[in-house]
Formats: sequence, C-alpha cells, structure tokens
Amino acid sequence: MSVTTAFTANEGRTYSSAPAPGFRLGSSGLVALSWLVPVLLLITWEVLARYGWIEPHLLPAPSKVALTAYKLTVSGTLLHDLAVSLLRAAIGFAIGGGIGFALGTLVGFSRIAEAVIDRSVQMVRAIPFLAVLPLVIVWLGVGEGQKIFLVALGVAFPIYVNTTLGIRQVDPKLIELGRVQGLSTWELITRIILPGALPSILTGVRFSLATAWLALVVAETIGAQAGLGFLALDAREFLRTDVIVLTVIIYALIGVVADSLARLLERRLLQWHPNYGAVR
Amino acid sequence: MTVQPRASAFQNNAVVVSHLRRAYGTRTVIDHLNLVIGQGEFVVLLGESGCGKTTLLRALAGLDPVQGGTIEVPGRPAVVFQEHRLLPWETLWRNVTLGLHVPDARARAADALGEVGLGDRLDDWPRNLSGGQAQRVALARALVQAPKLLLLDEPFAALDALTRLRMHGLVKDLVARHQPGVLLVTHDVDEALRLGNRILVMRHGVIAAEHRLRPDHDSAGVRAELLRELGVTSSH
Ligand SMILES: Nc1ncnc2c1ncn2[C@@H]1O[C@H](COP(=O)(O)OP(=O)(O)OP(=O)(O)O)[C@@H](O)[C@H]1O
Ligand SMILES: [Mg+2]
Repeated sequence: MSVTTAFTANEGRTYSSAPAPGFRLGSSGLVALSWLVPVLLLITWEVLARYGWIEPHLLPAPSKVALTAYKLTVSGTLLHDLAVSLLRAAIGFAIGGGIGFALGTLVGFSRIAEAVIDRSVQMVRAIPFLAVLPLVIVWLGVGEGQKIFLVALGVAFPIYVNTTLGIRQVDPKLIELGRVQGLSTWELITRIILPGALPSILTGVRFSLATAWLALVVAETIGAQAGLGFLALDAREFLRTDVIVLTVIIYALIGVVADSLARLLERRLLQWHPNYGAVR
Repeated sequence: MTVQPRASAFQNNAVVVSHLRRAYGTRTVIDHLNLVIGQGEFVVLLGESGCGKTTLLRALAGLDPVQGGTIEVPGRPAVVFQEHRLLPWETLWRNVTLGLHVPDARARAADALGEVGLGDRLDDWPRNLSGGQAQRVALARALVQAPKLLLLDEPFAALDALTRLRMHGLVKDLVARHQPGVLLVTHDVDEALRLGNRILVMRHGVIAAEHRLRPDHDSAGVRAELLRELGVTSSH
C-alpha cells in the first residue's frame, strides 16, 4: 500500500484497474457504436425515399424492400429461386473443389505430377476466370452447365493451390516420425500429411467460397430460368428495383453466412491448433 | 554345415553393428564402426559436436541408407528425438499409439502415459503440455512399442536442469522395467555417468574410447578421463 502511495506521489499515476478518467466504453458499448452508422444510414435512406428525394423506381425505401421480401417469401418464389441458386453453388463447389483437391494432392505428393500438371494449371490460373465466360457460353450455352462450370472453375484454383501448399508445408520431422513409428503409406497420408495440410486447405475453402459466390452472381445474370440472378433479371424488365435490391442483399447475406460456416468448420476441425481452438 | 554368425550374434543383443560406413556424398562421416548393445544394456554415446553421433543413431533407426557394413536390429527400434515430435492434431493417447496396431490401444496408451505420470491427460492436446511433459509423452510413445532397441538423441537437451534430473530418474526406472537396449546420445558427461552401464566416446567416425561402469565405479576418475577424451581440459 505504501509502495503504491509512494509511486502515486512520485509519478502522479496509479496502477489500479479502475477506468482512467475520461470517456470509456465497454466492449458492448463499442459493438453498439459500430452499429450506429449503418442504422443511421438506413434511417436516412428510408426518410429520403419516403419524402421523394430519391426516385422510388431508382432506389426504393428499405421498408418497401422488406415488404417485397415478405411477399415473395409468402408466395414461395423467393425460396424456390434461392434453392435453385444454392444448389448450383453446391454442385459447382463439389465438382470444382473435388478436382482442385485431387490435383492438389497429386501435385503435393509427387514431383512427377508437379512437372506434368503444375505449369499448365498455373498458366490457366493466370486468366481471370470470369474472362472465359463468353467462351463458356459458346461451349455450354446459357443453361445449368455454364453456371456450374463457372462456379467449379472459380473454386478449383484456390483449393488446388492451398492443398498443394499445405502438403508441402507439413513438417518433415513429423513425416520422419511416422516412418520411425512404422506407419504405412496410407497411415502416413491420413494421419500426418493431410491433417498437417488441413489448415491451409481450409483457407482455400474459404477463399473459394467467395469466388464461387462471385461466379454464381455473374453466371446467373446471363440467361437463367430460375435462381436469384433470374429474379433480378426478371425484375429489371419491369423496373422492379425493390426486387433487385432484395437480391443484392440476399447475395450479401449468403456470402456472410457461407463465410461464417467456413469459420465454424475451421474451429471444429482445427481445435488442436493454437490459433483456432479454445484453451481447455 | 553352415554357420550363421550373424544369427548367433543376434541372440541376446539389441543391436549388432559391424563395419558400418556412412557418407554424405563423398564425405565419410562414419567409417568401419563396430558396436554391440546387449539387451537391457544402457549405452551412452558422447563426442564433440559434428563427430557423427546423430548420423549413427539415424542409421540404426533405419532412417538413412548406409554405404557399407551391416546393422542388425531385432524388430523396429524406437526413437526419441531432441524435439518431442508429437502430432499437434492428435490427442495424447492417439499420439502414444501412433503406429501401434492392437485392439486395446487406448488401454495401452493409458498404461504408458500412467508410467510417465500423465495418466490423467489421455484426451488432452499436445499444445497444453510443458516441454518436459511433451518429452515424457514422446518417451511413452517409444516404450509402448515394446522396442528391443531404444534410441535417444539428446532427448533432455532442451529441458531445464531440474526437469532433466527428474527425467533421468524416470528413464532409468522405465529402462529397468522394460529392459530394452538403449543408445543415448548426449553432451552431458554427468548425465552419461548417472544413466549409463557403458559410455562410448566417438571421434572421427569411430568409437575412440569405452568405459564400462560397475556400480562401484569411481565417478570422479571416469569423469576426468571422459573430459580429457572429449578434448576438454579440466583445470578445476
Ligand atoms: N544431411 C547431411 N548432409 C551432409 N552432411 C551432413 C548431413 N547431416 C550431417 N552431416 C555432417 O555429418 C557430420 C556428423 O553430423 P552429426 O549430425 O551426426 O553430428 P553430431 O555428432 O550429432 O553433432 P551434434 O552433437 O552437434 O548433434 C557433420 O560434419 C555434419 O556436417
Ligand atoms: Mg546430433
């Protein structure tokens, strides 16, 4: 106590956990503050639209968009189109992810496979994958094939690159340990190399979710008979900006949900990892 | 009537090395090295840095190819490295039973971890362990394989002095119980004196000196000799 007093007297400071003088916010206060601007913007938007400062057919009021969302949900249109879009994304993701993972594993393990495959893949990867869209339309038309192909293309590369990288980065000392313990090749792969590569692979998954989504948005704006993109396209014909804004918001929401799911997956699968797992 | 000296030399030995030659490219590191370690025998290998101790141990572990001579080991030797080399993505009991193909793996892991004082940490992750604890798990992983030959390459070098002393006691007990032949590489002369039945000094790729320690050996005398052989002049 006397030490503290001496300190305080000499240095003019106290080393206690009490808040320093001045304005202090707790963490919940900061969260609330971070929401303040978006909410204010939303209110401003609503007010401007209500009082006709913004043309309603250019940008409808948020309340109008919400109402549209409600109506379309009740009629079942929205859910149907959402399901169609999600299915496309899922199929494209499975195909592209599968191919990326298979090739990445092959190249990660074998120098020969690397020599055969890697250069070509890297060359194709240099092309922004959306640039091949016109070509894809010529090949596959504007049906489901074109959309799934584009998603798969966008997904395959991040998964490929990160799988290869992950496998290469596995600690050689651990692989050596596997040999000392007499592991079979299969055990070596499943118990040491793939788990060691998993953090990198999951990073690839998160990247590829973003590209998958982008690919879908672009692919769906061209000749779709159903899906979120079709909903937006159809709305454009009738100048239904409320529907267009709604689809944009839904695209955003699904992007956020997909990212959270990927993070959740990381936390589950990497609970052993110091950077992810909670301390027990 | 064909005599098979190899098979007979094998009988009660953990390892028999004859005329071993090991080279990296054109540089020979081990040349015509002979070594026999008996079952239950604790052999400590000393030698200045870079003389080829790790090279020998890796050859015995079957990790590197050799360029001449023979190494005979009954079964697969177990190795404990300077680093624990636990798989961070496996729980402790899964780490301990890595490569062990038995139906009661978990029970065996529980026994082995119990022996090193970590019987209550079966489902814990390696990242929650201290350095000494992790090295104890590595020891459990080696012993659960019931090896005839146990190879230890400076396993205590990264530990603090107090933990190291405790590990000495533990290793001594475990070796006495399981009776593998042991080859321990270390830089610590006192560690060698405390643990070994026999101390070898390696120089220029061969065994240059050998001390068999009887229980009543004169520690100070052997110590002085070892230091001299290692090129350290003990002035005090
Ligand atoms: N992979 C390698 N390639 C080429 N030379 C090597 C390799 N590993 C070891 N050497 C050489 O072989 C010699 C013996 O090395 P080794 O690691 O066996 O020494 P050591 O006795 O274990 O030394 P320390 O006590 O420092 O661990 C050294 O001269 C080293 O430079
Ligand atoms: Mg060494």
